Amino acid sequence: MMDTGWAIWASGLRKSYGGVAAVSGIDLQIAPGEVFALLGPNGAGKTTTVEILEGYRHRDGGEVAVLGLDPQRAGRAWRARIGIVLQLAADAPELTVAEMVGHFAGFYPSPRDPAEVIDLVGLSDKARSRIHALSGGQQRRLDVALGLVGDPELLFLDEPTTGFDPAARRAFWEVIRALSGGGVTVLLTTHYLDEAAALADRVAVISGGVIVAAGSPADLGGRAAAEAVVSWQDSDGRKSERTAEPTRAIAALAARYGGEVPGLTVTRPSLEDVYLDLIGGRP
Amino acid sequence: MTASTSPSASVSTRTSSGPRAPLPGLWQTSLARGQIELKSFFRERQSVVFILAMPAVMLVLLGAIFGKENSAPGVTIGDLYVAGLIGGGVMATSYQNLGLSIAFERERFTLKRLRGTPMPAAAYFAGKIIQVIVAAIAEVVVLLAIGVAFYHLRLPSSLAAWWTFAWVFVLGVAGCSLLGIAASSMVRSAARNGVAVITLPFVVLQFISGVYVPFFLVPGWLSDIAAFFPLEWMCRGMRSVFVPQAVSLEPGHSWQHGQTALVLSAWIVAGLVLCLTTFRWQRRADR
Repeated sequence: MMDTGWAIWASGLRKSYGGVAAVSGIDLQIAPGEVFALLGPNGAGKTTTVEILEGYRHRDGGEVAVLGLDPQRAGRAWRARIGIVLQLAADAPELTVAEMVGHFAGFYPSPRDPAEVIDLVGLSDKARSRIHALSGGQQRRLDVALGLVGDPELLFLDEPTTGFDPAARRAFWEVIRALSGGGVTVLLTTHYLDEAAALADRVAVISGGVIVAAGSPADLGGRAAAEAVVSWQDSDGRKSERTAEPTRAIAALAARYGGEVPGLTVTRPSLEDVYLDLIGGRP
Repeated sequence: MTASTSPSASVSTRTSSGPRAPLPGLWQTSLARGQIELKSFFRERQSVVFILAMPAVMLVLLGAIFGKENSAPGVTIGDLYVAGLIGGGVMATSYQNLGLSIAFERERFTLKRLRGTPMPAAAYFAGKIIQVIVAAIAEVVVLLAIGVAFYHLRLPSSLAAWWTFAWVFVLGVAGCSLLGIAASSMVRSAARNGVAVITLPFVVLQFISGVYVPFFLVPGWLSDIAAFFPLEWMCRGMRSVFVPQAVSLEPGHSWQHGQTALVLSAWIVAGLVLCLTTFRWQRRADR
């Protein structure tokens, strides 16, 4: 037992496959109750990192404590405190949604009410349907229900909204916000920057097996402090000015125009701009 | 549990922030797994048809073609097929169906998902054993019913014969199930090489072990190979129970029960060692 005070704590995490490093020295500190998002392109090391934390993979080096225990050695009591929503789980096609969620509830010492969890993910209408009859998005929501039914302290979500339509994604976000409000720690991997921005207290960008930036979605990669671009419409065309003090620039412009500045915009690099810069994916 | 019906209110607090209740026990989770396995098995029409009806169809066909021929005084080939197909059917449900189903479950991440829960690992196997035993008994009942109805098969009346049936059945199911579990780990992709790894050896064994071809017609060198594997001994045990008058057709004119028990037990030990050393909860690529 390592009482780190963190829900997830990792230091110098390393893992390679056949001599090729997938994760090469990752540090993480995630506080209880926090929603933390791992962003990164495919093959960056996201899934390897998360699966080491979940106890599925053995690390080659570094130290890890998840809910105070080493996932590699933690037993059933530890698994009862975490919930895992896998990518691409498609099984038990002949069972109904209610049977599957009820069955999984039976593995946990103090599960949630299965009907309540089914309702939470919006599958009440489908509770008596066979799993093979569900749409892709509905199967994904079932996966989420199976991760929640044990009433976990810590929830792992691996690209949870892939294949959701926009309305289902919004509804799912509400579920995660409500869980987080109730004190559940959430570690989320996602491809969607808007999802990370909407849900996460903090995000980390993984690229090439290392964390290249971490922070709140608002100031990732120095985004909040980055120079802003103030742009306006002058009589002889569009003008713009890069500045670290946009408010001062606008005040000066307002004074020059004696009020409204025509076509005024102030922009900072979007989360997507920062992300693409960080992973070197900008064309 | 919260009484509220509003989703957001119901998640606002974790329902069990106090001291945790004890983990569900092995017995309870094993029974739950068994129930789920049986539901899945019997609802999947294709596997039920394949596993239960296939030997029945073979029995009707082979019996119709060869059944009336006498191969020894008081023994028709139909009688031998009933016993042989019972042996083959037991292995089909234990080795073949179990091996393929585990390979599929590994591929579809069923195993991985279960591994991520506090379910005791042993409960997974207990559930499989329950499913295999129920399916194998159903298989035997179907074949015996056909045998009695169409081939004048007489069920043994002595307790000793049923005792022989019981131990051959239990040892056979145990050994073949362990082999099926071990074989599942050799499957890279259930759709691509599941048939080659699991089904092909089983089909070959059925031809040389007295399932599809009466054992006394199998050439010596092939029956010597068959004698290394459990199926031949399972079929021989079943013949001793259901066609005891055919002993004159057996090698050495004896049922060799002692050797049957020995070979089947050896396969249980070998199967167990193979399972313990090779079983994987995840695909090879995912570790």
